[in-house]
Order: sequence, then C-alpha cells, then structure tokens
Amino acid sequence: MARMKFLCDADRCIECNACVTACKNEHEVPWGMNRRRVVTLNDGKPGERSVSMACMHCTDAPCAAVCPVNCFYTTADAVVLHDKDLCIGCGYCFYACPFGAPQYPKVGNFGTRGKMDKCTFCAGGPEPDGSKVEYEKYGANRLAEGKLPLCAEMCSTKSLLAGDGDVIAQIYKERVAKRGYGSGAWGWQTAYHETIAT
Amino acid sequence: MAALFARLRFVLGALALCLAVSLTVPVPSSAQTNPNAAAVKEQQLLDQLKLIQGRGTIPDVKSYVIEHPAGRDWREFHTVWLKWIGGIAILGMLALLVLFYLWRGTIRIEGGRSGRKMVRFTGFERFVHWLTASTFVILGITGLNITFGRALILPWLGPEAFSAWSEWAKYAHNYLSFAFTIGVVLMMLMWIGQNFPTAADIQWFKMGGGMGKGGGHAPAYKFNAGQKLLYWFIVLGGAAMIISGYMLLFPFYGGLTVGNMELAEIFHGVVGVLFVALIIAHIYLGTLGMEGAFESMSDGTVDLNWAKEHHPLWVEEEQRSGGAGLVTPTPAE
Repeated sequence: MARMKFLCDADRCIECNACVTACKNEHEVPWGMNRRRVVTLNDGKPGERSVSMACMHCTDAPCAAVCPVNCFYTTADAVVLHDKDLCIGCGYCFYACPFGAPQYPKVGNFGTRGKMDKCTFCAGGPEPDGSKVEYEKYGANRLAEGKLPLCAEMCSTKSLLAGDGDVIAQIYKERVAKRGYGSGAWGWQTAYHETIAT
Repeated sequence: MAALFARLRFVLGALALCLAVSLTVPVPSSAQTNPNAAAVKEQQLLDQLKLIQGRGTIPDVKSYVIEHPAGRDWREFHTVWLKWIGGIAILGMLALLVLFYLWRGTIRIEGGRSGRKMVRFTGFERFVHWLTASTFVILGITGLNITFGRALILPWLGPEAFSAWSEWAKYAHNYLSFAFTIGVVLMMLMWIGQNFPTAADIQWFKMGGGMGKGGGHAPAYKFNAGQKLLYWFIVLGGAAMIISGYMLLFPFYGGLTVGNMELAEIFHGVVGVLFVALIIAHIYLGTLGMEGAFESMSDGTVDLNWAKEHHPLWVEEEQRSGGAGLVTPTPAE
C-alpha cells in the first residue's frame, strides 16, 4: 500500500488559493471552516514564499493520541481519518495539531464546538465509500474512485503534490536538482519525522 | 601548414571566449543577487520562532499559523505527565486514607454525646456548601473522564456508548461550571473572616491536628488550621480552575491563542487532579473518618462535646457571645 502524503513546493506556489476554493467546493465545507489554506511568509520581502497547508496525515498522529474518545483511525493508505459519530467536539486535537488542521462548526452557546472537521485526503470517512451519508459528513471520497486529492490535482503550477510519499519526494528531489534551489518540504520533519535530502 | 595555424587560432580563440564568458556571467549562488537563495527556510524559522506564522487571505486569523510544533509538548503532557500526576495524587491519597483508617479508625467523640447541640452551619452556609460540593463531584468525574476515560472506561463501555456518555459529560462539565463558580465565590465571601491564620493554628500543626492516637485535642476556632488550608485551596485553586476553565470554554475569545489554551489545559489538569485528591480526604474526614462531623453539614448542628473537643475556642467564643449557637434540646412532653 501507498503511504499518502502532501508536499507543498513553496518555490512554485503562486498563492492563487485555487486549492482552498477547490477543497471547499468539492466537499461542501461549511461557511467559516477551511480544510486547506494558503499562508504567505515574508510577504512583500525578498524570499517571499507561500505554503498551502492542511492536515498532513502525520505518522503517529498527535490528534489521535490526545483524543479522549479515540475517534481517529489510520487507513491502509496511511490517511488519518476520524469518526464524526464518536467525536464530542472537545477541541483537544486542535491543541495537539502542529498544523492547525482541525476545524469546528460553532453550535450552541459560548464557544461550544460541534463535530470536528478536517482534510480527509479526499478519502471520506468510516461510512460506505461514496455513500450519501459519507458525502454529507466528510465530503467526496475521491480516493475510493482511484483519484488523488482535488487540491493537488488541479494545482496550476503543480506546487502542491499529493500521493505516495516516495513518489512525490522523488519528484521534488528532481525539481530541486534541476533548478538548483528549494526551500524544503514544509512540515515533513514535524509530520513524518523525515526530510527530503536535496 | 597555413591550414593548421588557422585551426589552432580557432581553438585558441574559442578557449579565450569561454574564459571571458565565465568571468563576466554573475555567479548564481551569491545571496545578494539571487532571490531564490534568500527564500525563507522552514527549519530556520522553526529554530528561531518555535512557530511559523504568515499572512493569509481567509477571515480565520488563527489559520495564519502554518506550523506550531509546541502542540507536541502539550501532547506529551496530556498523554503521559497528567496521567502520572493524576494517578499518583488520587490513588496515593486513597492509599493514605486506607492506611490512616486501618491505624486510627473512626475518630470518636471521646466524651461521648452530651445530648446538647450547637448550631454550626446555617441553612445558607449548608446550601452554599452543597451547591459547590454537588457540582464539584460532577465536574470532577466528568473531568477525570476526559483524561482517564479512554483507557479505563472505553474498553468495557464500547466506542458508541462511551462517546455518548462523554458528550453528555462535556455538556455537564461546561454548564455546571457556572454553578460551581457561584458556589466558590459565595464560599469565599461567606467564610473569609474565619479563615485568616491565628496563633492557635501553629499550635494545631504542632499537635498534628490532634489526629493521632491520644494526641489530645488541638485548639481551633470555627475552622482549624487544616480546614483553613482547605478553604484557601478551594478559593485559590478554585479561581485557577475557573479562570483556566473559562479560557477553554470560550476558545479564541479576546485574542486567546492556541498556546494560551494549551497552558490553560495544563493548569486545569494539574490543579484539577490535586483538587480531587484533596476533596477525597475532605469527604473521608467529614464522614467515615470522624464521628459527629457529618451532621454539621446535614442538619447544621453538632454535639456540644464534639465541638468542645475539635473546636474549643469556637465554643468559648459562642458562649461568650451569649451562647447564641447553643440549642437547648426540646424537653419531652
């Protein structure tokens, strides 16, 4: 089985935010919540870079470790998913997540959080693949259809890569070798405890 | 021969051209001239800032943080340290109490019951106590569930039932916090006058509170030194619980960051388990541990001999002030 990962080649990202828009549309993500976002560093200065960030589907995921009801699970493709029927909306996964991936709808009084929502690597949830109930809770399940996440598939500069970790690491290495520079595989050290030697 | 010279001239000319070109073209690795080489590097930012933040385009300001590895330290605290601290504090306290009970047994009223009663707590005092106590028990159980439930309850309750219970527990924890807050505030105001340290408290500590076998009776006004410590823990620890709790209940309000909330959870967790351990001891001493103590919080009165043994200075005070606290038993008809 593949070990699915995201890799944002920040030297190619042009901050068009199409990945953000595509994700929201594909999964009908509610207003006020974003599974993916683009952040620009050193904005307007030399060396400015933009990074598209979402759940990185970590190895030994911190969200899963701290969840008080153990609602997370890792698929055979190493995608970190969760069961919204079990989630109690406590917010602990947000405290533990190094990438700020978990999102909560605001329901009820004060800051009462609803069921957590995050990037599924376009792999749905525990319900049957492609079912209506799965779509309503988790969005589209493209992986079950043999497709990769839409954000990466439609990236105009192919900055955002999604797929088997070894394959996308190889693509990134070749790019860096050819153009002679690379700002690094953002988040890889934190998420996977490894970097891509270039 | 001329052809050979012409070819040699051509080769030399080509070499000279190559040399000239390589000297005039700028070196691409110079940091001043190549903007790509000046690009921000992830590792460098992490080393400098411990957190990588930039500019985003969506209204959610907290999403501008793209990497926050401190969450891993919080994870370590929550999944390892808090379990050890909580386990040692609570199980340790239970073990101590069992040993104390086996050694000392229930502390009896030495002089026996006199049949005369003294009012110890008014209806209002008892209301405030039980308001705080009942909400504390629920807050304590539902709070411990968040830390220990996954390991202790989930395996035998099953994922669905455990989630349903935990969700209700979360609601109870969130909403009852307001009643608990009122209880702690009232308790603070109501008993603050009797809880400042006095000289008698030193004597009380020297005598070990009179809790040992034949340890005599230690002097105390309305509250003894141990109770005063409990009072100040409830007031100060309660304030810590309330403030850190509301920081978690109102996420991101008033500029709270995820780092603030991680810190609040650490505070809430540590003070919380110590609070539970202390209250277990309080419950023991108020029920099984001491004869005649529980009635002070049930009907509000205590036996005169109990009062003389455990709070002699308070009895003197009450008697000096005209014995207001004394209740004469209703004579038989």
